[in-house]
Amino acid sequence: MGLTKKDFTLLIIVAVLCLFAPFILNPFPEGSAMAQFNAGYPDLMQRLVIFGIFAIGFNILFGLTGYLSFGHAAFLGVGSYAAIWMMKLLTMNVIPAIIVSVAVAGLFSLLVGWISLRRSGIYFSILTLAFAQMSYSLAYSVLTPITGGETGLQPKYTDPRILDGDLPPGETPRANLFGLDMKDSTQITMGDWVFTFNAGYYVAAVVMLVAFYVSIRIFRSPFGMMLRAVKSNQQRLNYTGLNSKPYTLAAFVISGMYAGLAGGLLVAMDTQVGAERMFWTASGEVVLMTILGGAGTLIGPVLGAGFIKYFENIISKINESILHQWFAFMPDGIEDFLVSMVYPFIGKGWHLTLGIVFMLVVIFLPGGLVEGGQRVARLFKRRKPSSDKPDGKTTPAE
Amino acid sequence: MSNSNFTRRGLIRSGAVAGAAGIALPTYLRADAHAGYLNAPQGDTVTLGFNVPQSGPYADEGADELRAYELAVEHLNGGGDGGMLNTFTSKALQGNGILGKKVEYVTGDTQTKSDAARASAKSMIEKDGAVMITGGSSSGVAVAVQALCQEAGVIFMAGLTHSNDTTGKDKRANGFRHFFNSYMSGAALAPVLSNAYGNDRNAYHLTADYNWGYTTEEAVRSSTEALGWNTVNAVKTPLTATDFSAYITPVLQSDADVLVLNHYGGNMVNSLTNAVQFGLRDRMVNGKQFEIIVPLYSRLMAKGAGANVKGIFGSTNWHWSLQDPGSKAFVQSFGTKYGFPPSQAAHTCYVQALLYADACERAGTFNPCGVVEALEGFEFDGMGNGPTLYRAEDHQCFKDVLVVKGKENPTSEFDLLEIVEVTPVDQVTYAPDHPQFAGGSLGTCNPGA
Amino acid sequence: MDAIILQILNGLDKGSAYALIALGLTLIFGTLGVVNFAHGALFMIGAFCAVTLSRILTLSHEVVDETRTDFLGNPLKVDVPYLYDIFGQTTGDAIIDWAVPISILFAIPVMVFIGFAMERGLIKHFYKRPHADQILVTFGLAIVLQEIIKYFYGANPIPTPAPSAFTGSFDFGAMLGFDPGSIIYPYWRIIYFMFAAVIIGAVFAFLQFTTFGMVVRAGMADRETVGLLGINIDKRFTIMFGIAAAVAGLAGVMYTPINSPNYHMGMDFLVLSFVVVVVGGMGSLPGAVLAGFLLGILESFASMAIVLETLPGINQIIIYLVAIIILLTRPRGLMGRKGVMED
Repeated sequence: MGLTKKDFTLLIIVAVLCLFAPFILNPFPEGSAMAQFNAGYPDLMQRLVIFGIFAIGFNILFGLTGYLSFGHAAFLGVGSYAAIWMMKLLTMNVIPAIIVSVAVAGLFSLLVGWISLRRSGIYFSILTLAFAQMSYSLAYSVLTPITGGETGLQPKYTDPRILDGDLPPGETPRANLFGLDMKDSTQITMGDWVFTFNAGYYVAAVVMLVAFYVSIRIFRSPFGMMLRAVKSNQQRLNYTGLNSKPYTLAAFVISGMYAGLAGGLLVAMDTQVGAERMFWTASGEVVLMTILGGAGTLIGPVLGAGFIKYFENIISKINESILHQWFAFMPDGIEDFLVSMVYPFIGKGWHLTLGIVFMLVVIFLPGGLVEGGQRVARLFKRRKPSSDKPDGKTTPAE
Repeated sequence: MSNSNFTRRGLIRSGAVAGAAGIALPTYLRADAHAGYLNAPQGDTVTLGFNVPQSGPYADEGADELRAYELAVEHLNGGGDGGMLNTFTSKALQGNGILGKKVEYVTGDTQTKSDAARASAKSMIEKDGAVMITGGSSSGVAVAVQALCQEAGVIFMAGLTHSNDTTGKDKRANGFRHFFNSYMSGAALAPVLSNAYGNDRNAYHLTADYNWGYTTEEAVRSSTEALGWNTVNAVKTPLTATDFSAYITPVLQSDADVLVLNHYGGNMVNSLTNAVQFGLRDRMVNGKQFEIIVPLYSRLMAKGAGANVKGIFGSTNWHWSLQDPGSKAFVQSFGTKYGFPPSQAAHTCYVQALLYADACERAGTFNPCGVVEALEGFEFDGMGNGPTLYRAEDHQCFKDVLVVKGKENPTSEFDLLEIVEVTPVDQVTYAPDHPQFAGGSLGTCNPGA
Repeated sequence: MDAIILQILNGLDKGSAYALIALGLTLIFGTLGVVNFAHGALFMIGAFCAVTLSRILTLSHEVVDETRTDFLGNPLKVDVPYLYDIFGQTTGDAIIDWAVPISILFAIPVMVFIGFAMERGLIKHFYKRPHADQILVTFGLAIVLQEIIKYFYGANPIPTPAPSAFTGSFDFGAMLGFDPGSIIYPYWRIIYFMFAAVIIGAVFAFLQFTTFGMVVRAGMADRETVGLLGINIDKRFTIMFGIAAAVAGLAGVMYTPINSPNYHMGMDFLVLSFVVVVVGGMGSLPGAVLAGFLLGILESFASMAIVLETLPGINQIIIYLVAIIILLTRPRGLMGRKGVMED
């Protein structure tokens, strides 16, 4: 496959993790107090891998060239809109939707990149931010006939869909892959554990593996080297007579296409688009994912994406009555005290916890979660000096 | 392709049998094949999903919705003083949960973003086995989650959503709205306005630049123009705007004598505050006193505008000062539990939870198709808005609409609005194919299995 | 004509807020080289200083009024501020009425303290770290700060009116010979603009005409050399951070009567102020102020109905569009220095 042994091991590890994610993410038995922390349900698993793709793509730009784009959510959003229009006009099959979303996002990022890359540093960041904010504002308001505005777009029974035959009356259109329904799930029960295997998740996971493989190849290619050279000293590169612009633009477009791919997949898994997807906080989120996981590392962005999405979906759902269940074994006074201590940080306070975690990670682990993994790995290394782990990249996804 | 769906709780129980048979043999299950619908409650509990904004600008409204849901669950399970269960005309609910099953609930954060709202609703459906999703504080979220519930095959009982689209072009068979809508606001406001301000008025609209704003402007315009008002201008303002001075100063130059603020939430607070700052309320145009109108009032938000709301007309779905037995019972139990009166968002959410429970009880099943059948064309009373009809054609509730005015001498921080008129339901009823609601179809109910 | 004058006034007013925040951002960036994403949160905390003070002033004890009833039918409990007991009702009301101007005095020490604490406790450790890390950590801090405020004050906007003496509006029209009532402008907005002008002037004068300011400017130009001269530049930079925080805080305090403050107002301003700073040119104080007013005025003009009829939606994007055009024609914004934040 053209990979070094280390990279191949990494790819295999990620593949295994993806394959067994329904088990790994559901470590707690159903009905137990800890089941709250289970993440092995289709929607979240899909989101984990899709935002993983988004972050991998962002990392190709930011991690390699150091260009900090603050407008990547626009490409994700544009991709999503393209995909949903394919589903409304052409077919509910996800393949054309995904292909078109990548293509449209690629074209859009070519335009934005071509303009924004005329500047560097924070000037570049603000240019990308400006494009993304304009896309969001217009999509939410004056472009409502195309984007659905506030209420977004969903496939409807009445859409033309020229490739699909007429739906049976009353049937809701469902995204599928040549007939395989993305929502199709199978469950396996083992004792108290229930594991869910979802068709959509595995489709997304396969795409993610391909995206990850391509990203490894880019990282290890001469093109990747060139991008790193841009990061370390663009001026020197220019003095050697090389024009770095085509390289950075290529990186920009590739990462824009990754974002479009993520956008298309989001629509394939959950058939709707809203303009909020392009708001600047969404662009900020992918920056946070990448840095939190470890910018410039292969696996870091995926970890960061998983971490943030897990927080958003799991911590925000814990409410006061669940807390009372957890601490029910305590005497009443202590129970109330503990609940009141923990309460501000969960449920509606999940943003607070997320903010604190950001700060802690950035302060103590400058290299992100990957560095955390490396430190742990080093601890083991000291005990077993012979084992040669590949830079902590084996840190398992949660 | 068949879509197998499943319920966690059901599986635990059936899984327990499998577990007894031997853990080594994984059981392959296609759940719900027997129940016939998604997330059929197993055992003695039923799980409802309360999906409300807990972060973002509508977090306080979401918190009030959640309080109302908790109260509803308490009443459904036979706790507290029973609230509206005592005044509700349908007596199917016994206070022993729904169909004898104890009501449990899960909560989630919509963040007032359609993506986040859908993610949270999906986790309730897929992970927690919720058989009904309810809540929300904006039309964007309501439409997005309603579409999701239709696809997944659970019932959606909308929370606060005022755009015509929710039961207009984006209506769905599995979705129901108790809250009123833009059209009703316009129809209820127009006669009151013409009584108070005359028929010869020039209105200037500032409209939030998104779907809800458009439908509200259209509704208020068409109903006031029908009474002889003239619309001078209508300017769209960005959702993200915080300072509206640049939109308000042109009003000074126009010959408008009425300003209509088609804004909600933070936009409303700021645009109203700014309008009052610019002295619009003291202004005389062509010998007439200048007036400001806020088509959709929310007490929680009006609080943010402080004294600026005094004397300003608007409409609202419900207000705690209503004196019918249903409203009094609800205010009593909500006020006793939390120490302050409920908001209209809390009211609509409480009522939606009860209506759902009642529909299940009358249908004898949690099957969404049964619930839809029980709710369609359902007539009831005792829930605070007088006799109400859940219309079968579009799943919209038809009931009296309140026209309110900012109170001049509030006695407390909750006492901000006074009811000017209770517009009878006939006046706000429209044909299901009214042009403002055209373009959608309910489809058929989806039980999800 | 009068419409244009009014929009210029609106623009100046809006621009004042942008300029004040951008000024603080640039001060921090220019002195410490730190991109402070928590600056919007400082603006928000300033606004909540005003809210807090008016809460303190209206601290009350309950008096049961048997003649009236509350919404549950129980006797009404009326809150009587302690100030009434101390000063009597009239003086008490007057003090409460003036809560916003009084909170300026309250906000300065609070904001300077928060600024010091932030710089010493957190920012200090990030001088040598990449800008991306600085952005992430200050962004995290901004989230934490606003969630804390939300926890205590809720998510809804809280009305904080100006003293009743300033609630009216001033008639420029009559003064300039137009029809009376055609150009009126609220007193408080005029005050806000003048206040901003004074603060901006004071910061410039401080940097320009004091020894302390001179050292700081030297430090901004070449930190190492100044350090080698035996000057404790770190201490001065810490003080500058405190001043920048106070400027943001005061901008927030004075803004509360214009729009009711809520916990996310900082984030609403943050992105725009960054655009302002960058359009002005990184590290340039006059650039930040100039860009603030310029974008404020352009935004106001874009909101006019005539403009919107020809270019629908232009009011949504004008700031970003102008930012793109300026950055493409002037590589370092209006007045930026070469080599700052370009890599």
